[in-house]
Amino acid sequence: MECHKEFTCFRGVGAVGQKARNGFKRVTEVLAEFHETVTKEGLAIPRTFGEGRCPKGSVMKFILTDHKLGISMLRKSFKSVFTAAAVTALSFGFTMGMAEAKDKLTVYTAVEPEELAGFKAAFEKENPDVNIQWVRDSTGIITAKLLAEKENPKADIIWGLAATSLLVMDNQGMLQGYAPKGLDKLDKKMYDTKNAQPHWVGQRAWIASICVNTREAEAKNLPMPSTWEDLTKPVYKGHVVMPNPNSSGTGFLDVSSWMQMWGEEKAWNFMDGLHQNIAVYTHSGSKPCKMAGSGEYPIGISFAYKGAQLKNKGAPVETVAPTAGVGWDLESFAIVKGTKNLAAAQKLADWSVTRQANEMYNEAYAVVAMPGVAKEVENFPAGIADAMIDNDFSWAADNRMRILKEWQKRYDEKSQPKG
Amino acid sequence: MTSAVLRPAAPLRKAVQKTGPDVWIMRAMLYFAAGFLLLFVLMPLWAMLSKSFTDGDGLYIGLANYFDYFATPALSNSIYNSITISLLVTVIVVPMAFLYAYGLTRTCMRFKGIYKALAMAPLLAPSLLPAISLVYLFGNQGIFKDVLMGESIYGPIGIVLGMCFYVFPHALLILLTALSTSDARLYEAAQALGAKPTKMFLSVTLPGVRYGLISAVFVVFTLVITDFGVPKVIGGQYNVLATDIYKQVVGQQNFNMGAVVGMILLVPACLAFFADQMAQRRQVSQLSSRAVPYQPKIERGRDRLFLIYCSFVSLFILMIVGIAAWASLIKFWPYDFTLVLKNYDFNAIEPNGWQSYTNSLEFAALTALFGSLFIFTTAYLVEKGRKHNWLRNGLHALAMVPLAVPGMVLGLSYIFFFNAPDNPLNFLYSTMAILVLSTVAHFYTVSHLTAITALKQIDPEIEAVSQSLKVPFYKTFFKVTLPVCLPTVLDIAIYLFVNAMTTVSAVVFLYAPDTKLASIAVLNMDDVGDTAPAAAMAMMIFMTALAVRLLYSFMTRKMLRRTQAWRFK
Repeated sequence: MECHKEFTCFRGVGAVGQKARNGFKRVTEVLAEFHETVTKEGLAIPRTFGEGRCPKGSVMKFILTDHKLGISMLRKSFKSVFTAAAVTALSFGFTMGMAEAKDKLTVYTAVEPEELAGFKAAFEKENPDVNIQWVRDSTGIITAKLLAEKENPKADIIWGLAATSLLVMDNQGMLQGYAPKGLDKLDKKMYDTKNAQPHWVGQRAWIASICVNTREAEAKNLPMPSTWEDLTKPVYKGHVVMPNPNSSGTGFLDVSSWMQMWGEEKAWNFMDGLHQNIAVYTHSGSKPCKMAGSGEYPIGISFAYKGAQLKNKGAPVETVAPTAGVGWDLESFAIVKGTKNLAAAQKLADWSVTRQANEMYNEAYAVVAMPGVAKEVENFPAGIADAMIDNDFSWAADNRMRILKEWQKRYDEKSQPKG
Repeated sequence: MTSAVLRPAAPLRKAVQKTGPDVWIMRAMLYFAAGFLLLFVLMPLWAMLSKSFTDGDGLYIGLANYFDYFATPALSNSIYNSITISLLVTVIVVPMAFLYAYGLTRTCMRFKGIYKALAMAPLLAPSLLPAISLVYLFGNQGIFKDVLMGESIYGPIGIVLGMCFYVFPHALLILLTALSTSDARLYEAAQALGAKPTKMFLSVTLPGVRYGLISAVFVVFTLVITDFGVPKVIGGQYNVLATDIYKQVVGQQNFNMGAVVGMILLVPACLAFFADQMAQRRQVSQLSSRAVPYQPKIERGRDRLFLIYCSFVSLFILMIVGIAAWASLIKFWPYDFTLVLKNYDFNAIEPNGWQSYTNSLEFAALTALFGSLFIFTTAYLVEKGRKHNWLRNGLHALAMVPLAVPGMVLGLSYIFFFNAPDNPLNFLYSTMAILVLSTVAHFYTVSHLTAITALKQIDPEIEAVSQSLKVPFYKTFFKVTLPVCLPTVLDIAIYLFVNAMTTVSAVVFLYAPDTKLASIAVLNMDDVGDTAPAAAMAMMIFMTALAVRLLYSFMTRKMLRRTQAWRFK
């Protein structure tokens, strides 16, 4: 029924319904008060009484923003009307509900899990009326989830996801433009300038790097690689691991950066050579570095933050950024079109471009959206910011499917038993 | 077979029946059960089938997805890979399990109880656990790396080894049952006719367990081809169908191609299922009422040989579990072997890391509680119900379907069916309820058959008598049937609990952030390279399942004394 999609209609049960239909005054009074409270709290946007598209006999209809809570509150309130202790019980019910419901903001993110608690605390300190609910998974999975939920989005805002992924969603019309307060302080290259109200805004760059386990490299007599081309040398055969671009955002930014640097043909040639040396293509982007850290495979194509972090933890890992150029992508945020928590989502967007937020981004990542904030990160490869290529995100997003398909055709049969 | 199952007891058919509330209640319950299986098994599968014929925008494109699939060797090669692996494992595991079962049933080797218990250990672990252990054993930094002589564990070798561990107890259970029903008179006759041991084995023992063997072959084959955990962790780039579904859906967001792989995975599973059904239908009862159970005699040489063999197999099983336990306590493999507990500090590794464990407990408990009651009640209606023969026959047939549906296929089909915005059941999506419902549906068949078997052992006259005394069927059910079958209901509950703790396949597509399960956490942590915490979480699952099992056998022993006194006379 059309009605159920956006409205929740309430057919007053028994006595209530009868009273409402007869225009019984107290019930309408109660309902009016209910209106006011739910509207103020943003729990529901009430519509007309007993008419419109709702079935005949309905007392009222609401657009519920928080479905579960709204329903339970409505139930509660109707029950209390029914037992005639109307007004007092209702307002009591509201205060109970309100305490639970201070604007739950559902945030989809791919940021490393250990960082999330810090961001939440910092934001909520500034915005005590918003409560962040993280939904965290790796880039590929979060992207898949968002696309799967396209018809029926569950996220209010996407925060800390690859710009390339956000562009795929933008092409499908899933994002809502918004210019956060203070956007002008950011580097113009770091956000969507195609739209006057940017559809996505970058936060910080994560950058491709090579993690090398120095202890294993020494034991196996492997020289330190310094360029991408080095990795195709026969000496590294079976010692290199890289993420599968089909599932990993990091894997894809590698492939896309090689193509943008060298042109497609040369990039495929390079990957043909690299393929000879690859031991395993992993599902996740951080795994190659962790494998290098534990010596499972001495060389992992991964991203700089992971390598630096592992070294700080005491793993014998050195992070190398090839000077010829490294791929990167932007952890970015975007408001989901049709969110029922627009105001809260905009608050998070506003906070995310502040200096404070950028300083927090810098704790782990060397390149952030606000110029002049970044300080050096411990154990980050030197000069990595200069090596970042001139990344064309829309090219990457537009060609993503085609490149991934070709990649799969060429390399996805790796390590089939030969002969 | 079904008609034989469902024919009501003769006196009942003659009884004149009036349509009382009794019959109405029964009809309503039967419809409810049938509705459940339709909604949670058949309709999602239908949704998946139709999805495989559409493109990303939902337009009908006929077989184009299938053509695309077979034109991409990277994808279609997985069929070949999956079948190769499954055949290999079947060829290895079935004879091994046969010998093990033979040792336990037909010899006088010592410590049979211990060896049987040890062989069941893999049932308590998620299939990710053996794969993680193999990385520690034979990976590039593994303890016994050199055993592989330069071959990599990441690939077919790893998958086969991990699978052997995972499916061994399943094959063993079937073969134990087959081998323990034998007629000693046949052996005496053969001996009297002067048959040599080999001849006796080939012409008496083997034919006797023929159907058990066939069943074991198909069960192993199906389990291997549909398992996701082992190839996910240790498969390297060796693609199999189960990991392809995951890659298509999660990695590439290509739901339509995922549906195609799902349909393809359904084919071998269905074939195996039907072959097994046919074999079972041909099985004639081995034991007549005059059969004499076979009692093995002491033969020191043979007994010792089997003891050595069983020790060898159990040692392998123990080693797999032990290495996971040890690795989960190590600070930084392979550079710092200090024993620490930090890998169990899941909250430091993932936000709400421990929550996934408590979620799992809640999920397993709910599945066991609702699943066992629902399945048993339905089985009761099917077996002991009156009237509505077509409905009961249909229900029994429906209950067989989940066995042929791999968990991943079921999970994927739930996305298509329940996440459709126009589905009124949409509200179930990303709740704990859908995890429980999918898991009950996934493990329905075995539980149903267990319940049916137990119900058959009860004399149908109980129903006849209670009906002639005008006692409503539900009273009989609560006062007689349920207490009598209590051990079975508990068995089903435990089966569901342990499987809910360890399963990954169906739930991997259905979990939401606040309903993430421990088994999924193992998968995710391994995915990002946190192998030691993954091993730690796998051990938590194993230990929980073990504790519940032990507690169960301890408690039931006492309880059964009271409620099942009639069985022991």
